[in-house]
Amino acid sequence: MSGNDRDAAVRRLLEEASTRSVPPELHAEAVRRGGRMLRRRTVARRLLWLLMFAAAVAFTVWALTARPWVEPPSDTTPPLTGW
Amino acid sequence: MRERQASQATRRAREFEAFVAGAAGRLLHAATLLTAEAPDDNPRARRLLTLSLAHTYACWDRLRGEDPYDLTRQYLATRFARGAWHHYGGPGRSRPHPASPLAPLSPQERLILVLMLHEGVAEEQTAALLGLSPERVRAICHRATTTLLHRARGPAPAVRAAKTVPS
Repeated sequence: MSGNDRDAAVRRLLEEASTRSVPPELHAEAVRRGGRMLRRRTVARRLLWLLMFAAAVAFTVWALTARPWVEPPSDTTPPLTGW
Repeated sequence: MRERQASQATRRAREFEAFVAGAAGRLLHAATLLTAEAPDDNPRARRLLTLSLAHTYACWDRLRGEDPYDLTRQYLATRFARGAWHHYGGPGRSRPHPASPLAPLSPQERLILVLMLHEGVAEEQTAALLGLSPERVRAICHRATTTLLHRARGPAPAVRAAKTVPS
C-alpha cells in the first residue's frame, strides 16, 4: 500500500465516526467564559494603569519635597564668616 | 465611546455566533477524536472545545484578518498537548473509549494524526506547533497510521466470529 492510499484509508476511518451534532449550550458557555476573560482583562489593564499613575504621582511628590538635584549643604568645611 | 463599545460587542456576538455555527461541528469531531471518547458521550472534548472557543471569543477584536478557525484549532491542540500528560494513564482517568477509532493510540499520536490527516495541517506547521522536529512528526504519523491500519484489518474477523456464537 503506498503512502497516499494509507493516508486516505486513515482519513476515511477518522471521518466515518462523525456525528456533527453540537450541543446548543456550547456556544452560550463559550460566550460566557470568553466574556468573563475579556472583563478580567479590562479590569487588570485598568488596575495596571492606576498603579502606574499612582507611582508617577508618588515620585513627583517625593521629588518636589526631597529635591534630590539640589547640592546638599556641606558638613565638613565650617562656614566662612567674619572677615 | 460607550456606544462604539456596545456596537462592537453586538458585532462580535453576531460574527462569533456565525463562526461557531459553521465550525463547531468539525472542531467537536476533531476534539472527540483527540480525547478518544465515544461520539455521543464526550464531556472532555466538549470542555476542550468550549475553552478554545472562549479563548477565540476573547481574542475576536484583535484578530486582524487572522483565521479564527486556525486560532481555535491551535489553541485546542496546544491545550490538549499540555493537558494530555497528566490525563495519561492514571488510575480510573479517561481510558480511551473502545468506540473511538483512535483508541489504540497514545495522546501524542492522536494529536499528530488528527492535525495532519483530519485537519490537513502541513507537516512543518504541526512540528512548529508542537515543538518537535518535522522528521519526528513524520515518523510518529507513520507509526500511528500503521498501528491503525493493522488493527482495522486484524480484529475485525474475530468480532464476527464472536457474534456467531449462540447465546
